[in-house]
Amino acid sequence: MNQRGSLVERLSSTQIVYLVALLTLIAGAVLVGTIGRNFFSQGNISSILTGTSVLGFIAIGQTLVILAGSLDLSVPYVTSLASLIAAGVMANNPGNVLPGVLLTLGAAAVIGLANGLIVARLNVHGFIATLGMGLIISGYLATNFKGSFGQTPLSFRLIGATGLGPVPISTIIMLACAGLAMLLLHRTRVGHHLYAVGGDISVARTSGIRIDVPVITAHVICSLLAGMAGLLLASRLGVGSPTVGSQGGYDLLSIAAVVLGGTLLAGGKGTITGTLGGVLIFAMMDNIMSVMQVNPFLKDVVRGVVIVVAVAVYARRRIVSRPERFTSKGSAEAPAAQAAPAEGP
Amino acid sequence: MENHNGTGAASVPGGLHQGSTAPPPLLEVRGLTKSFFGIPVLEDAHLSLHRGQVHGLVGENGAGKSTLMKVLAGVYQPDAGTVLLDGQEVNFSHPTKAHEAGLSSVFQEFNLLPDRTVAENIYLGREPRRGVLVNKALMNDKTAELLDSLGITAIRPTTQVRSLTVAEQQVVEIAKAVSYDARIISMDEPTAALAGAEVELLYQIVSRLRERGTAILYVSHRLRELFDLCDVITVLKDGRVVSTGPASELDDARLVRLMVGRPISAFFPDKLPRADRDAEGNNAEGPGLPAGPILELQGAGNGQLDGISFSVQPGEIVGLAGLQGSGRTEMLHAIFGAAPFDRGTMTVEGRELLPKSPRDGVRARMALITEDRKAEGLSLNQSILDNALSVIRSVFPRRTGAVRTEIPGVFSSLEVVARDLDQEVQYLSGGNQQKVVLAKWLAIRPRLVLLDEPTRGIDVGAKVAVYRLMRKLAAEGKAILMVSSELPEVIGMSDRILVMRDGRLAGELPAGTSEEAILQLGTGARTAPEGGA
Repeated sequence: MNQRGSLVERLSSTQIVYLVALLTLIAGAVLVGTIGRNFFSQGNISSILTGTSVLGFIAIGQTLVILAGSLDLSVPYVTSLASLIAAGVMANNPGNVLPGVLLTLGAAAVIGLANGLIVARLNVHGFIATLGMGLIISGYLATNFKGSFGQTPLSFRLIGATGLGPVPISTIIMLACAGLAMLLLHRTRVGHHLYAVGGDISVARTSGIRIDVPVITAHVICSLLAGMAGLLLASRLGVGSPTVGSQGGYDLLSIAAVVLGGTLLAGGKGTITGTLGGVLIFAMMDNIMSVMQVNPFLKDVVRGVVIVVAVAVYARRRIVSRPERFTSKGSAEAPAAQAAPAEGP
Repeated sequence: MENHNGTGAASVPGGLHQGSTAPPPLLEVRGLTKSFFGIPVLEDAHLSLHRGQVHGLVGENGAGKSTLMKVLAGVYQPDAGTVLLDGQEVNFSHPTKAHEAGLSSVFQEFNLLPDRTVAENIYLGREPRRGVLVNKALMNDKTAELLDSLGITAIRPTTQVRSLTVAEQQVVEIAKAVSYDARIISMDEPTAALAGAEVELLYQIVSRLRERGTAILYVSHRLRELFDLCDVITVLKDGRVVSTGPASELDDARLVRLMVGRPISAFFPDKLPRADRDAEGNNAEGPGLPAGPILELQGAGNGQLDGISFSVQPGEIVGLAGLQGSGRTEMLHAIFGAAPFDRGTMTVEGRELLPKSPRDGVRARMALITEDRKAEGLSLNQSILDNALSVIRSVFPRRTGAVRTEIPGVFSSLEVVARDLDQEVQYLSGGNQQKVVLAKWLAIRPRLVLLDEPTRGIDVGAKVAVYRLMRKLAAEGKAILMVSSELPEVIGMSDRILVMRDGRLAGELPAGTSEEAILQLGTGARTAPEGGA
């Protein structure tokens, strides 16, 4: 049957995200052009892509957690903690880069494991479990660190500063992580089970799936990626900072990017591709508004409007899931051999 | 041979004769007992299933059919009794154990992930792999092969389950059960959500499975299906097996008597005299009042419906029949304002009105008893009283106090079995929940009652109570429009039957018509008879 409905209703949510990204790109080119600057200059493109990497890492992890039906609010604190561990261990010694990275990721993984165990074994919803975990870490950071801490060596700082042409190394690493996450979701059993657990936990259970495995996996990977974001920030800043994560607002911003990317907040449906689109939209909007020198308050207003409108559009598509049988003219497709409708007496 | 004349007390465990030539049963259940909170649900149940046999399991709601199925599936552990598979005692501690032993179940509630593909659903938890990666191509090929072996060609392995019809989803469920290399498949009311031609598809699959030598335990309320499909029928009543034996030794009337202990004609109560009219049929409230129709539609339509014209008179019960997806539910929702008409005219008690929202519908004194009472009819974790008052509170708040005093009387007249009015409705049986839904709508004193599958999933006793209530409402001069997939119910209760097909009215049939006539009209096998329009 030829499906009717507006263009928006026929597109998949991923297609809509990239359509919006394209519109943002065009709007950006025009707006930035009006003040005599070039949106597509190598420097500007590089700046947009740099903006995608930190949020990208966190949003990829957040996508996995949300798909599994959980949520991770502890990511900004893990990011801050990671930047401190990295800068502290490295202490400006190039020989300590590898142990610094491994220790940072190890600590992040332990936090993710704790989150996952609390959610899967103690049946505490991810929202509460990771809110608690976030508070614990933020309390530790606030009492033990009064400002920036440690220092990263030049060799490590280069990761955050160099690029291939206009593409920063950090963006390439982030995209590689996205690729691995996609492989996990679509080509491994854990990935398939992650969708099942988020979609309908009782269906997953009666199909013989061990519920814990996908939930814990998602939380561990999410924390690991938040740790990666922390490493990247330590590389860029040259020091560790106890507030670098919370200042970025990565908890809510990553959830917003995931939802903007078409993933259901309730879990079970969504893609990494969509999330990357969401991250790209945010990065472009930030860039445009910085170049245009829009006041920071208005920036947040624009972000907020975009998130709400996007989710409203998805919600509408969910309601109008069924193709209409008749147009308002009614007789458009009168079948042959149709019996005369019965008249009331 | 011990058979349907038996009472169960004198029967040999296993039921069938123990002839030396008979092969040992594939599955045998002996003395199975299961209680919940001290209330016995199954008592000393016995059953034997042979290769290539379709074994019907019937009984009222609460007779223990679902419990028996769930014990066999490894969802519940029995308190006592044994299950023998090929003569070996088995004990399934988890659903996967039952699957491994070759016993799969298709439960009433859909167990599919709507946003995943057909293949992903069927092989969930057992995805074929190459190395560590899932081999999607192999998974899709195996699914196509599986569907093909069941004679299904219309479903593609890569289709999202959400975009399938209810019948196709049911087929996917069955395919999933078969995919465990099941030797025994139990199906709990597989046709509950299907109608007409869709049931044929299920028949086809069941006979294919039988030819392969699969044993099938078939739970159904639809007597016709049991006689069409089953070789052997076992009747459960109050957790006990009251009879088991060949289906050929039974007929509808005897089967119903075994299930409920009363004849089938008692199902549908007789019409009551009109309470609002005098002997001559004049309106008792005054001869001057016009006795026009309560509802009248002229050329009404929306995205799902077209060219709808009919009327319902006071005191009339009009049945609305048709296949799943023919637009019956959409019709009720359009009249009520939940998914409004966007063209045509609608008149309610002489006033022209096109409700744009359920609130408009309620204001026009319409009641809509929805098909899915758990999702749309009740707040399951609220009390009986709060549920019963929910409509009146939101639409006619000033009458809440007056209605509250009437509620106990309404419940006793509906024979609701509950501890007290503060009990949460989730702990009530399906039949009692449905009575709460009805009470909630009676509170607004409706003039037009729209019923969507009013007796789905409730026991026979509650069904009869619903039928009696419908007769009583009709006698009070209310108009009733009832959608039902149960054709005996439509025929037994309706004064007239409207049949829908593809969003249009296909025709009208008089009271007491045959199931065949309705199906022919609903499937388009024949156009409306001359007397219909």
